[in-house]
Amino acid sequence: MAQTDLKLLGGWFSPFALRVQIALNLKGLDYELIEETLNPKSDLLLQSNPVYNKIPVLLHADKPICESAVIVEYIDETWTNAPSILPSNAYDRANARFWSTYIDDKWFTPMKSLLMAEDDEAKKALFGQMEEALERMEDAFNKASEGKPFFGGDTIGLIDIAFGSFLSWLSVIEEMNGRKVLDVAKNPALAQWAETFAADPAVKGILPETLKLLEFANALKLKWAAEAAKAK
Amino acid sequence: MADEVVLLDTWASMFGMRVRIALAEKGVNYEYKEEDLRNKSPLLLQMNPIHQKIPVLVHNGKPICESSIIVQYIDEVWSDKSPILPSDPYQRAQARFWVDYIDKMVYDTWRKYWLSEGEEHERWKKEFISIFKQLEEALGDKPFYGGDTFGFLDLGLIPFYSWFYTFETYGNFKMEAECPKLMSWAKRCMQRETVSNTLPDEKKVYAHVVGMKKALESK
Repeated sequence: MAQTDLKLLGGWFSPFALRVQIALNLKGLDYELIEETLNPKSDLLLQSNPVYNKIPVLLHADKPICESAVIVEYIDETWTNAPSILPSNAYDRANARFWSTYIDDKWFTPMKSLLMAEDDEAKKALFGQMEEALERMEDAFNKASEGKPFFGGDTIGLIDIAFGSFLSWLSVIEEMNGRKVLDVAKNPALAQWAETFAADPAVKGILPETLKLLEFANALKLKWAAEAAKAK
Repeated sequence: MADEVVLLDTWASMFGMRVRIALAEKGVNYEYKEEDLRNKSPLLLQMNPIHQKIPVLVHNGKPICESSIIVQYIDEVWSDKSPILPSDPYQRAQARFWVDYIDKMVYDTWRKYWLSEGEEHERWKKEFISIFKQLEEALGDKPFYGGDTFGFLDLGLIPFYSWFYTFETYGNFKMEAECPKLMSWAKRCMQRETVSNTLPDEKKVYAHVVGMKKALESK
């Protein structure tokens, strides 16, 4: 394992922190994981990410890098050993960045709203948005993978990391609502990809357990509901 | 084989301006296509089916979408001159972080500030100005965000300068008073031909925005 001066301010529940851990694992890097509870936020976090006060933050020789997508590219550019997280071809790189942004915008947004939603009508609309995103992602996967196991081809790439980091939270949403979202009948390629991704050595062992995350999610819902009631 | 480069854009778009500046920096010949967003062309719908937004760069028939992604693509393809992103990975990360900040914060807050009234309007105006103060702080005492040279973050932010007059007029404030260092930086950028040739006249932008608001209100 490479000798590095790396600290990750993360949280076991955070899909964004998970992205950074996967990238670090792919590169075979040693790092100190500092678990943030976010309640309260540590001084180190507030100092390292004064703009957003959010995790993840990667500290490399005490220099902070913030925003998961920025951090993952930083890791790929700094440690150029295999595997490459971004493709080598400029057009494919643009495509990888496009889908990574799409995931944050069109997948995460409805997913987060679903977690908070109480209203059945609202939930129905949000499930619709997630299903549409999945259809697009299935198509993107088929184009990008070219028959190989990952969006990145033979090895995990940027899009795999961006999307795969949400798999545990997806299971939580499915559990909480008693319905499948990622359906092997509707999204066969993605269903297979999800299994392959979760079993990869860089990912296995750091994915949060669904039950533990479900407990966390339920507690979070209660917290949000209490805050909303107070605000009224 | 000669490169075929087409840009689908609208003249007042800050995001489109980023791409135009990048293409100019690299000396790339391209065909500019002005889109009417109320009547999107079949080409736009075909090239950006997911978001149906401009700018879209079409390079030898293949589309690239999202302005910051397009600029990075341009930098990587036409890598022989005028580098846009810094070479150091940490500097690159900082530039990408701040361009992402601009993308997350400026336009959405602008819309809220622009379209609200009374107390709401004042609240959003304060928020809007604080975003620029944050960006001014990030500049520090450097001549450019890129240090000594104009780079990714300078290019990412400077198009908004053509909208400053509009921002100011809607809120009765002066960017010069609120962010003097940022104004100096902007004027420095405007000395660069690729920037001054790209940015539209601020009064034209204002007239266009007034027209847009009238159109929205008449719906």
